[in-house]
Amino acid sequence: MEKHDIVLYILLAIIATNLIRVVPIALIKGEIKNTFLKSFLYYVPYVTLAVMTFPDMIQATMTPLSGIVALGVGIIAAWYGMGLFPVAIICCVIAYLFNG
Amino acid sequence: MKNSLRHDILSGIRDGIPIAMGYFAVAFSLGIIAKKAGLTALIGFISSFFTRASAGEYGVYTLVAVNATYVELIAMCLVVNLRYMLMSAALSQKLSPTLSWFHRIMMACCITDEIFGISINHKGYTPPAYTYSAALISGIFWASGCAAGIIAGGMLPTSIVSALSVALYGMFLAIIMPMARNDRDVLYAIIASFVMSGVFAITPVLSDINSGTRTIILTIVISAVAAWLKPLPLNNDGKA
Repeated sequence: MEKHDIVLYILLAIIATNLIRVVPIALIKGEIKNTFLKSFLYYVPYVTLAVMTFPDMIQATMTPLSGIVALGVGIIAAWYGMGLFPVAIICCVIAYLFNG
Repeated sequence: MKNSLRHDILSGIRDGIPIAMGYFAVAFSLGIIAKKAGLTALIGFISSFFTRASAGEYGVYTLVAVNATYVELIAMCLVVNLRYMLMSAALSQKLSPTLSWFHRIMMACCITDEIFGISINHKGYTPPAYTYSAALISGIFWASGCAAGIIAGGMLPTSIVSALSVALYGMFLAIIMPMARNDRDVLYAIIASFVMSGVFAITPVLSDINSGTRTIILTIVISAVAAWLKPLPLNNDGKA
């Protein structure tokens, strides 16, 4: 397979990522009325982050066990409303402690 | 007039600094992934500074690592960053009607989960200078963190690198779980996502699909099914 150009990859990523930010402000006048579309857009952020978290998280650590424990503790900490960075740090510490 | 501009810039920096600190740490772990995809520190810095998309960048680097097609990469950016579209729509309601197109577009480009959060919390119309200064300082730390991860990730022992690599996932959990607690339907959608993603990863044939493409397919399918089974109530504003 042909090797793709990394600079072009990044350039496309920059354009696409910012385009999606700009389009609504440029196009949407007033509120989206279509219930299906509105509901679909509502679920997307949570589903996409969940799909990216599992099983990748337990494959990222040295042993599946440390990933599973970090995932479990992370879910609980996040459930009880600890912020983005406390949860991130807790997961790292747990993964490190269970790595050995 | 001058005083209020100065005030907006200073309060943007004040609110941006704690975000910047956290960004540096998380971007460092992103840098470790970017390095695996073959990014240099300079490209990582530029890429991170101009996208500022944690999950989006993660998705991009996993695709770059497997030499995916450009179309897959664009699809990934559009799907994974779809939440920015919602935030942009919500932010449009917080801008002064007299604000120029230039500022509208620039403010939209500043959106990240956190910058959106503080911008939407600003009393009254959000002044562009506030959002710009917070986005600038946090963006510099985000990009530096990524570059540092690319440079130093290779120097740290494996046990520390693998522990740091879960930071990003921890951040994802912190975004989704509070909402799952508030909305039972979101919780079911997240459980379905974990299960389906796990099944895809271990089932023969399906497991040949790279994790980036898996993310695109599962996000569209599960969100569409959830929207069909559990549509939002008619007068619900949804969560921006």
